[in-house]
Amino acid sequence: MKASREPGTEDRGPETRDHEPETADQEPGTAVVRVALPTHLRRLARVEREVEVEVRGPLTQRSVLDALEARYPTLCGTIRDQVTQKRRPFVRFFACEEDLSHAPPDEPLPDAVATGVEPFLIIGAMAGG
Amino acid sequence: MSRVRVLVGTRKGAFVLTSDGKRATWDVSGPHFPGWEIFHVKGSPADPNRIYASQTSSWFGQVIQRSNDGGQTWETVGNQFVYDGVTGTHQWYDGTPHPWEFARVWHLEPSQHDPDTVYAGVEDAALFRSTDGGQSWQELPGLRGHGSGPHWQPGAGGMCLHTIILDPDNAERIFIAISAAGAFRSDNAGKTWLPINRGLKSENIPDPTAEVGHCVHRIAMHLSRPNVLFMQKHWDVMRSDNAGESWQEVSGNLPTDFGFPIDVHAHEPETIYVVPIKSDSEHYPPEGKLRVYRSRTGGYEWEALTNGLPQRDCYVNVLRDAMAVDTLDACGVYFGTTGGQVYASADAGDSWAPIVRDLPPVLSVEVQTLQ
Repeated sequence: MKASREPGTEDRGPETRDHEPETADQEPGTAVVRVALPTHLRRLARVEREVEVEVRGPLTQRSVLDALEARYPTLCGTIRDQVTQKRRPFVRFFACEEDLSHAPPDEPLPDAVATGVEPFLIIGAMAGG
Repeated sequence: MSRVRVLVGTRKGAFVLTSDGKRATWDVSGPHFPGWEIFHVKGSPADPNRIYASQTSSWFGQVIQRSNDGGQTWETVGNQFVYDGVTGTHQWYDGTPHPWEFARVWHLEPSQHDPDTVYAGVEDAALFRSTDGGQSWQELPGLRGHGSGPHWQPGAGGMCLHTIILDPDNAERIFIAISAAGAFRSDNAGKTWLPINRGLKSENIPDPTAEVGHCVHRIAMHLSRPNVLFMQKHWDVMRSDNAGESWQEVSGNLPTDFGFPIDVHAHEPETIYVVPIKSDSEHYPPEGKLRVYRSRTGGYEWEALTNGLPQRDCYVNVLRDAMAVDTLDACGVYFGTTGGQVYASADAGDSWAPIVRDLPPVLSVEVQTLQ
């Protein structure tokens, strides 16, 4: 399934971030991850730009989503099922020009995501006519 | 002076339409939650500023929104709807057992007495209740656990619990309806449920008079007579004078008795409204004429209401939750169409005018009469 411009991904907003990196105060073993949300989820979370979340321990899809939901509880259930933790079928995860949607949730994310060079992209899958 | 607030859910957001008691000119606010399907928006009778909205998306799932200021601002509340206990199965379209899976909230019914208590009818069919203003939801599992549950089957739109009626005189009594299982009643606040489908006849199921399996589209009640129920079934308009113990057909002289919504005049308990639709394979009005039909005799005898409604080339539908009445004198009647029009009548249906013409397809219409 390809990435979509509908629904809600047509405008990823400016490339600026909601917050500047906090690397100066960053604890050892933590990473500040840039997360790009589709328009609908940005509105729900009431953010206008790419967001950053601090992730402790291994950097995986699961740990990024845990950190994202902890910071923006209104996103709980919109990206993955609240009980099974499975990715919602029409949501996709991209990073470093790779589709990571089908990767195991505990598989490490690319180093470029961990270092903040590349964002972790949450995408609404393509649909429509 | 009285005011009216019309809450409209559409395929691409919610809209709030407001007017004074004359209901001649309207302010339109929205879209709220743009791009999301808003299945239902309804205000609390106990606190009109408290409004709940069901916001849903095939991509991003279910969100519940709550407003405490009459729809000017909103906050998300709880969206975790977890079936109680063993999930169990219902019939799938091919007749095989299929596990219950939550899809969305079709209908929100706030308590008449407590703004923090609200019921949610969901797909796959189940009834949930929140007593903390929507922050948390608990299933009333006795309904889904009714012995007939494994035999329920979805209609074309999914297996949805779309109607919730709370008896104003009896806090223990709740009526609900499911497509396509039928109508049920609880007399103990939702602990146990009784199918109330005796008298329904559905030719499109193997046993036309089965205890469950009927595609009930909508039930309406007048608050002054909670034992009298009116039903728009897939085909047939029905009434019950004994709280659903038995039903009789009152389709009478309707041009077709297929349709979705049904509602009752605010001050005349025997005056009811339906919107006949040509058939279940052609979801548009007969002859391309959009006509509301009114009966002043509780059914059987119906008159077409056409003044101000399109009488040629009209092929919209009116969905089950897309009709409502206000409580002003004269009673206002409102309905929304899949073509994006919301029509209002300030004279009980004698004449109509569109409030808005070009909204996204309308899923639901509710009305608040404000002092």
